[in-house]
Amino acid sequence: MNSLGQSIIELLLLGFLLTAVVGLVASWIVRKVSAKVQYRVGPPFMQPFYDVIKLLGKEQTIPEEANGFVFCLAPLVALSSVILLSTMLLRIALQKEGYFAGDVIVVLYLLAMPSLALILGASASASPHASIGSAREMKLLISYELPLLLAFTIVLIKASGQIEQSQLLSLAALSGLKPIMSISGCLAFLVSILCIQAKLGLVPFDVAEAETELAGGVIIEYSGPLLAMWTLEHAMLLVALPVFVVELFLGGFDSIILGIIKYVVVVVLLILIKNTNPRMRIDQIMKFFWYYCSPILIIALVLAVVGNFLGIGWL
Amino acid sequence: MKISPKKPVLAIGPLHPLQEEMEFFQLTVDGEIVTDIDVRIGFNHRGIEGISETLQFDQVPYLISRICGICSASHPLAFVQAVEELAGVTVPDRARYVRTIINELERIHSHVLWVGLAGHFIGYDTVFMWAWKYREPILDILEKITGNRNNYGNVKVGGCREDIDDSMIPEILKELDEIEKKMDMLIKAVLDDPILQARLKGVGVLTYEDAIKYAVTGPTARGSGVPIDVRRDDVYAAYGELDWNVIVQPEGDVFAKAVVRLLETMEAIKITRQALKKLPGGPIAVEVKEIPPGEAMGHTEAPRGETFHYVRSDGGNRPVRHKVRAPSYVNVPSFKASCVGANISDATITLASVDPCYSCTERLAVVGRNDKVICDGKELLRLSRARTEQMKKQMGYKEGFKFE
Repeated sequence: MNSLGQSIIELLLLGFLLTAVVGLVASWIVRKVSAKVQYRVGPPFMQPFYDVIKLLGKEQTIPEEANGFVFCLAPLVALSSVILLSTMLLRIALQKEGYFAGDVIVVLYLLAMPSLALILGASASASPHASIGSAREMKLLISYELPLLLAFTIVLIKASGQIEQSQLLSLAALSGLKPIMSISGCLAFLVSILCIQAKLGLVPFDVAEAETELAGGVIIEYSGPLLAMWTLEHAMLLVALPVFVVELFLGGFDSIILGIIKYVVVVVLLILIKNTNPRMRIDQIMKFFWYYCSPILIIALVLAVVGNFLGIGWL
Repeated sequence: MKISPKKPVLAIGPLHPLQEEMEFFQLTVDGEIVTDIDVRIGFNHRGIEGISETLQFDQVPYLISRICGICSASHPLAFVQAVEELAGVTVPDRARYVRTIINELERIHSHVLWVGLAGHFIGYDTVFMWAWKYREPILDILEKITGNRNNYGNVKVGGCREDIDDSMIPEILKELDEIEKKMDMLIKAVLDDPILQARLKGVGVLTYEDAIKYAVTGPTARGSGVPIDVRRDDVYAAYGELDWNVIVQPEGDVFAKAVVRLLETMEAIKITRQALKKLPGGPIAVEVKEIPPGEAMGHTEAPRGETFHYVRSDGGNRPVRHKVRAPSYVNVPSFKASCVGANISDATITLASVDPCYSCTERLAVVGRNDKVICDGKELLRLSRARTEQMKKQMGYKEGFKFE
């Protein structure tokens, strides 16, 4: 089989089908565990699947004043970038050797795409609720990108002593290391958990959707199949982002079972944060990421550099 | 609604996840900052006052306990107090205590309900579910006493309908102890949470002056340092004979209102316990034969503030005028003082902080330009008849025509 055909099969099977199924199961876990924490029964196992399937059969309305093209394009862009992202991440998780060299910079770009698409779609939907939501999503993006990049830089610095220079940007090479075993890496891990919490739009960072303020905010005007796409994209991010963190900080999927355990631990951390916090205000979120998370990571960065320089692994 | 690009309007309502009832807040926003607020009500007007004037004095409490599903003890109590004043009836001691117990249990469940909802409004669904779980035993006690979890239908002119069986009292006291423990835990968890404090402290401040100016009542006023409470200021039921405190917080923000409500639940448990222990013997109702002509008013401290009922009788068996003023009616306009200038996120929790109840507040007024009333009862009747004529015409109605 030629490499193009193989890539297409990988995109469809690995990036879309597997990620979507695992993502919907993960979103069921999020809902079920939240329900248990709150003394509720929670949804049945198949509920996230039913949700998506039912939405696909619903009527599609596009607001009269909306820019229809951008409005419809946004979920497609988001979904396709998540498919590409999860193909890369899962490919590395399942098989490190081979022709495929996932580049971390590409991953970081792809990570920003869903949020950008969300901003685009919300801005195109001609609703005051959605425009406030998109403004909030923009501010959210600005606030967590800096700590996320700093955390990533720390991983690179920790790795620079251990792997070849040419392999430095390859996620496959990076995923063999365990930066969490050091102080700076641990701090970076904790902050990136918060960053992906914000990327996933979970409480306390769900300001853009903010059901009781903006009634859905960014996705208020979406309905039917397009809303199903957003739901699916959100579920798939629930796979991609924790897997990214596992590969970057926790040593990746060295064996499948161990990898799945690491993944579940990260998801449980996200659920715990979700259920023990109220929604923060957008200005509080910006202050939190800029005034608290970033300085902590700058200190961690210094520690990592010093550790590298002196050859102390645990710094 | 037309949206001008210069003044974007964020519509909260008529149906919005923030409020479970129909209401319409138009927030004029500048970015995230609310610059003006307009409140519109009247989406679900049921004409309670009008219906009340067609019912007998004994039937009215049954109707007005349905004004609101939560204040279903305080509304009828205010009404029967007005009628009792009119008829010059002295209510038996036992009835006064039973009324106190039911009203205080209602206060506990209402305040706990608010705490849960407030948690939900700021995205803290765990508090929402936990608070409502702890509210269940209180509803169970109410069911045990009155037969209903809500809409107790337990007051009538001259006393109460259902008595508290003396054999139930130890059981209820035991359950109250359980509830007190859980409430204590919930209060500590909510008031000590640093993120909740960051989210609620200094938010939606209603100053003492504004509280006086807008004449707010209940926890909204007490949260702004205005020490008013009908239970103490114009003693009714058995409140004068029991030992309790009026909770007042001077800050005026949402957090202060939450503190007032949470601490009031503890006071309410205290009152209920004392009333159960002191419950005197004797009958629970006296017979009231006639309501003489005249007018009277009754008011009670509902969970949200002062509920006011005005009754006029012409000596017949129906009120000729029954006027209801629920607490939310005076609390809602205070948004003008507390929401303007706030962030949208803060404004929404401030809207919820007075625990607004729109079913109580509903009014119908059609007002034209220049504040001239263009629609009254006669006009409504004319419109209704015109509509019927129009429909007849459309359906080809003639003499002898039968609807298929």
